[in-house]
Amino acid sequence: MTEILTMVAQRLALGLLTLFVVSLIIFLGIELLPGDLTEAILGQSATPETVAAFRKELGLDLPPHTRYFEWLGGILQGDFGKSLANQREISELIGVRFANTLFLAAIAAIISVPLAVTLGVLAALHRNSFFDRSINVVTLSSISFPEFFVAYILILFLAVNVNIFPSISNVSADLGFWERVYRVMLPALTLTLVVVAHMMRMTRASIINLLASPYIEMANLKGLSRSRIIVHHALPNALAPIINVIVINLAYLVVGVVIVEVVFVYPGLGQLFVDSVIKRDVPVVQGSCLIFAATYILLNLTADVLSILSNPRLLHPK
Amino acid sequence: MSTDGGKHEMGEVLLEMRGLRIEGQSDEQWHEIVNGIDLTLRRGEVLGLIGESGAGKSTIGIASMGFARPGCRISGGTIVFDGIDMTAASEETKREIRGSRIAYVAQSAAASFNPAHKLIDQYSETPVQHGILKAAEAEQDAKDLYRRLQLPDPDNIGYRYPHQVSGGQLQRAMTAMAMACKPDLIVFDEPTTALDVTTQIEVLAAIKDVVRQSNTAAIYITHDLAVVAQMADRIMVLRYGDLIEEGDAREMLANPKEDYTRQLVAVRTYKKEDAAAAPSERPLLDVQDVSAAYGNTLLVLQDIDLQVERGRTVAIVGESGSGKSTLARAITGLLPPLKGKVLFDGEELPASYKARSRDQLRHLQMIYQMPDTALNPRQKVRDVIGRPLSFYLGMDSQAREKRILELLDMIELPADFADRYPGELSGGQKQRICIARALAANPEVIICDEVTSALDQLVAEEILKLLQRLQDDLGVTYLFITHDLATVKAISDEIVVMLQGRIVEQGEKHEILTPPHHEYTELLLSSVPEMDPDWLDSVLEKRKAAQ
Repeated sequence: MTEILTMVAQRLALGLLTLFVVSLIIFLGIELLPGDLTEAILGQSATPETVAAFRKELGLDLPPHTRYFEWLGGILQGDFGKSLANQREISELIGVRFANTLFLAAIAAIISVPLAVTLGVLAALHRNSFFDRSINVVTLSSISFPEFFVAYILILFLAVNVNIFPSISNVSADLGFWERVYRVMLPALTLTLVVVAHMMRMTRASIINLLASPYIEMANLKGLSRSRIIVHHALPNALAPIINVIVINLAYLVVGVVIVEVVFVYPGLGQLFVDSVIKRDVPVVQGSCLIFAATYILLNLTADVLSILSNPRLLHPK
Repeated sequence: MSTDGGKHEMGEVLLEMRGLRIEGQSDEQWHEIVNGIDLTLRRGEVLGLIGESGAGKSTIGIASMGFARPGCRISGGTIVFDGIDMTAASEETKREIRGSRIAYVAQSAAASFNPAHKLIDQYSETPVQHGILKAAEAEQDAKDLYRRLQLPDPDNIGYRYPHQVSGGQLQRAMTAMAMACKPDLIVFDEPTTALDVTTQIEVLAAIKDVVRQSNTAAIYITHDLAVVAQMADRIMVLRYGDLIEEGDAREMLANPKEDYTRQLVAVRTYKKEDAAAAPSERPLLDVQDVSAAYGNTLLVLQDIDLQVERGRTVAIVGESGSGKSTLARAITGLLPPLKGKVLFDGEELPASYKARSRDQLRHLQMIYQMPDTALNPRQKVRDVIGRPLSFYLGMDSQAREKRILELLDMIELPADFADRYPGELSGGQKQRICIARALAANPEVIICDEVTSALDQLVAEEILKLLQRLQDDLGVTYLFITHDLATVKAISDEIVVMLQGRIVEQGEKHEILTPPHHEYTELLLSSVPEMDPDWLDSVLEKRKAAQ
């Protein structure tokens, strides 16, 4: 057990290092963008003196490394700084939006993960059957269309033609839980359609890959039913690759939702991110990027730990 | 009729195969791999199926369960098990019979147990899924069987995962699993082939005991005639999917009728003549006080001292984990020793192969256990053998071509083999190519690491004879690493016995092989199965008496 703890600690330390490097890249990348908030607010007709005065007021005249370390130092104390656009605390601004994004991702995950694994197991069980082929065609088609296209198709059918779900996912803090679930249904379904193919195909492939193993032949010769062989003998040994692909998709659900949030006008972090880029609200962009990066790193760490825990050799050492 | 003096009754016919034909698929075409076999098995009878690889013995064994491996199909004939035609039965019927009435014990228990589940859960699964027992009853049964099979700590060992117990224990746990539903027939598919001799004898004894007590019929598949002699009432000898000979076990071992059977029975008779070591000033290879380890863990080799005289064959014998292959790695510098040194012809070799000169490398060549993995499948034989010629000896293409042909001639293969790829060769031919590659460097010492273990007996015998001839002609020195005592008896001048990283005994072959032996050497020697059908019982009795 201590070995596993050491490993988790190591991975965490590596994750922090990665995060530091990411923060540097974010900062430098945004530094390279042409223009800044002052130009965006004051417009092209502003005199150089006005622009310079405004920049000084916002602290944009300081050299880049000073601003970077001030920013990083602030974050280490939990202070993301203030939005340049509206002077609100960024942590507050991001907090609400990030919670919304996580809520949407969670709903999408609750639908898509069990669906993908079940479909994958069924496809492996009925390999090369009509069911297997059609499920492959359907999931591959849905992954092949761009997200916004899938989103508009869903709006057309489920919001316009048949009015089951709202086409705009407008949520606010005072809504009840089920009302929220109801309102995010369309974006969640869109995300599900986008991620299910990858997870389902990995589940199917990992299981089929194991079907040639001697212990599966043994299970056959023990007279077990086909479904028991797949679920009880193949699936537990196929978990590591499946977990990895699930977590990559979960990460995608959190950090890749930008387009879907924009289409459904959902007040998530992605939406805030896009707005802030347009406004050149640099601290908000930086803060959002860092949150996305941290989520991604944390989820990958979880995947590593879970795949190790799914290996009985490591979980039950000699 | 039976090996235990007719204690159990031979009953009615349990399994009957008539004109069984099985086809295997390769390159999109179906080839017959079993060509019309007739087989009859009565209740309580143990039938041995023996033959070399490719004989179709495993295929026939699992066909009794109406099962064909992926890429194979039962294409003709009938298989009737207790009145049920297994070739015509529905999947559902076959599923009900498999595991409950016919059970299977696989060659590699380590691969055939599911790594994700505990042993006892895998035991209980068969009776519970077949609706014969409840889980708690099955677990109780399992513990009783584990006890009968003499597994250590029978009440708790089942709650371990497969990787937590040893190979021999796993094989017994698998035998227990096969007995879970008290089947009428058990198919044993080379159950002891992957085990060390000292472990093999325990597993053989356990299997024989349980089969005898429960009066289960069995098909015992093996390539080892001495093993089958201990287990079977009747033997069928197979070759390339055809029946060569069938008969009572004792009768056949005493008077084999067919040539092929005679060859199999005679296979262990090859023996090198004893020759005393020529006195010399210094040994060709001198290993002094070598210790080695992988990483920072326990020492795998401890204080090894070993001298090898020019032109001699020194056999290093030991079971898996005894450190014999590690010794080869330490000598060749693949694993630099922690302490001690290796002298070649009086000159100390650098610890790591990286620091050795090309000439020092050239003097020590290796031949490996698996010719399949030791040859690059994308290189023609010409390139495989030609590489050391240009690397060590700097030959130009003309000289190389000439030498390749000479080498092919030496290993008794025709010249046109130079243009073949390893994939087009048989196992024995591949091993010959590996020998030619080692010889190409004009080495003084060739280290042979289990070179015959992956080969069939008759092929292995030919390889040993070839190695011997090469030694007589060229005067090369062999360090022969093996776990197989028959090979040791056949080829060695001197024997070194290793146990847990140490040398327990070393000396001239006749000294080691004649009593009194070191305790461990005695255990090793007495564990090698002999053709005598009463061998197992008598060894076990002797050991019991000695305790």
